[in-house]
Amino acid sequence: MLRKIRIHQVGIQLVLALWALLIVAPLLWTLLASFKSNAEIFGDALQLPGELRWDNWARAWERANVGRYLLNTVIVVFFGVAGTMLLSSMAAYVLARYRFPGNRLVYYLFVSGMAFPVFLALVPLFFVVDGLGLLNTHLGLVLVYVAYSLPFTVFFLTSFFRALPDAVAEAAMIDGASHTRTFFQVMLPMAKPALVSLTIFNVLGQWNQYLIPLVLLPGDKDLWVITQGIADISTIAGYEADWPGLFAALSMTVLPVVLIYIVFQRHIQSGLTSGALK
Amino acid sequence: MRRHGFVAGFLLLPVALYLVFVISPYAQAFQIALTDWRGVSANLNFVGLDNFERMFGDDTFWQAVRNHAVLLVTLPVLTIALGLAFAYLLSDSAGTPGARVYRVIFFLPQVLAVAVVGVLFKAVYRPDASGVINGGLARLGIEPVGWLTDQNLALWSIIAVMVWQAVGFYVVLFSAGMAAIPREVFEAAALDGAGRLRTFFSITLPLVWDTVQVAWVYLGIAAFDAFALVNVLSMEQGGPDGATSVLATEIYKNAFGYSRFGYASALGVALFFLTLTFAALTMRVTRREKVVY
Repeated sequence: MLRKIRIHQVGIQLVLALWALLIVAPLLWTLLASFKSNAEIFGDALQLPGELRWDNWARAWERANVGRYLLNTVIVVFFGVAGTMLLSSMAAYVLARYRFPGNRLVYYLFVSGMAFPVFLALVPLFFVVDGLGLLNTHLGLVLVYVAYSLPFTVFFLTSFFRALPDAVAEAAMIDGASHTRTFFQVMLPMAKPALVSLTIFNVLGQWNQYLIPLVLLPGDKDLWVITQGIADISTIAGYEADWPGLFAALSMTVLPVVLIYIVFQRHIQSGLTSGALK
Repeated sequence: MRRHGFVAGFLLLPVALYLVFVISPYAQAFQIALTDWRGVSANLNFVGLDNFERMFGDDTFWQAVRNHAVLLVTLPVLTIALGLAFAYLLSDSAGTPGARVYRVIFFLPQVLAVAVVGVLFKAVYRPDASGVINGGLARLGIEPVGWLTDQNLALWSIIAVMVWQAVGFYVVLFSAGMAAIPREVFEAAALDGAGRLRTFFSITLPLVWDTVQVAWVYLGIAAFDAFALVNVLSMEQGGPDGATSVLATEIYKNAFGYSRFGYASALGVALFFLTLTFAALTMRVTRREKVVY
């Protein structure tokens, strides 16, 4: 009996380890390839690099603009998520806790946004942004990120604000706090768990966005975000024959995300999946 | 009165932004789909359903729809099967050592950008021994395989990457569902002599069925997207010869490559109705009596 369980456990471990290897191997291989020379990259794929060539990294950072792309992404995602969270919680709070004519209409208007594929809006969106003079600007990208993050974030937060007890808000109002003050100082802090989950969800969503920047930042490379940049470096690597530079750029992009993930993995996992369970 | 001012003040900005950048483009898309607009003229020239007629006669469109059909079946089936299996093996009742570490590793691809993953797998799939897979095959004395260049393989290579990236998310999702099942249920099953497989199919699966349904909808929607991966990873954004083309890449190409904005919008409308039909059908088909415990 004991033997049988052992064999069972070994089999299970093998299956799980195999999948773990499939996940880690391409990432590890990319990291190793970032230190290889061109010749080594076109040689045997399973060979280790001969030496640690940090100049590949320097080239990717400076010549291939990875530093610029990462900085742009940080700026856009910071303002995009801050705007998303502020505007969503304001709208959700009012929709959840105040009765006024048109409340349902506005709520369903927001929720219906989740049913449409963004590809449907792509052409008109391009011309709306162009018409406002916001094409090829970070402001345009930020506003569009906020607008497209609203449906899910408002939906999720509305149900959260609805579940908060009435007594606390009432007490604050009796103490003479205004509606605005009650919201910022009393109700918003109470929504912290939901806000944390949604912030993580939106940071990842906006950080990883590829389609929208492709459409809205078609011009100046200095404005590009990292996903655009990496895809472009991958194309350029073809005719400039700088493959080590590509792998260094990839490693630079992936490494910080992996480190942040490992540190905050519990929050990140629950932040991303809690939305699906609502 | 102050109350109304407050409500209006809080709604003004979010609603305005949403109307300008989300609702109005969606509404305009249906309108542009009925025109032959190429982005130059100020006036829209309505051509009725011409774009749709052309679409239905276009082989590229049907090729993309066929690819979506393949994605729609394989992506959810493979991802959910693997996700359920791993979640079950990693659940507390299985008592597998290292479960926590495995869960962290499995989820990892989820935090990487799809475009970045696409570039990464371009190297993995390279058609000679310098690719990770073909390099491994070469050691075993096997001829290199054209993962992305072979007409019959390319779509599967892309599906594999989608599954690779998605499985971890569903492991965590299903794990949460399984953790909510009371211990006594498993104990009772064990007392009745049910084995692992029997327990899984008779107890675990029915009790997480709601979550599986959610997963199916999510993966179905992902199957109608696939833009970033196809655009970055496949040959010529949908090749070889349309083998990996999806509606999203066709929309992008027609709009921003050939300035056929009317036709691109018509493709968008088709994509919208396909997604909607899928969501409605799934809701109907997978609905079951809810198991209460």
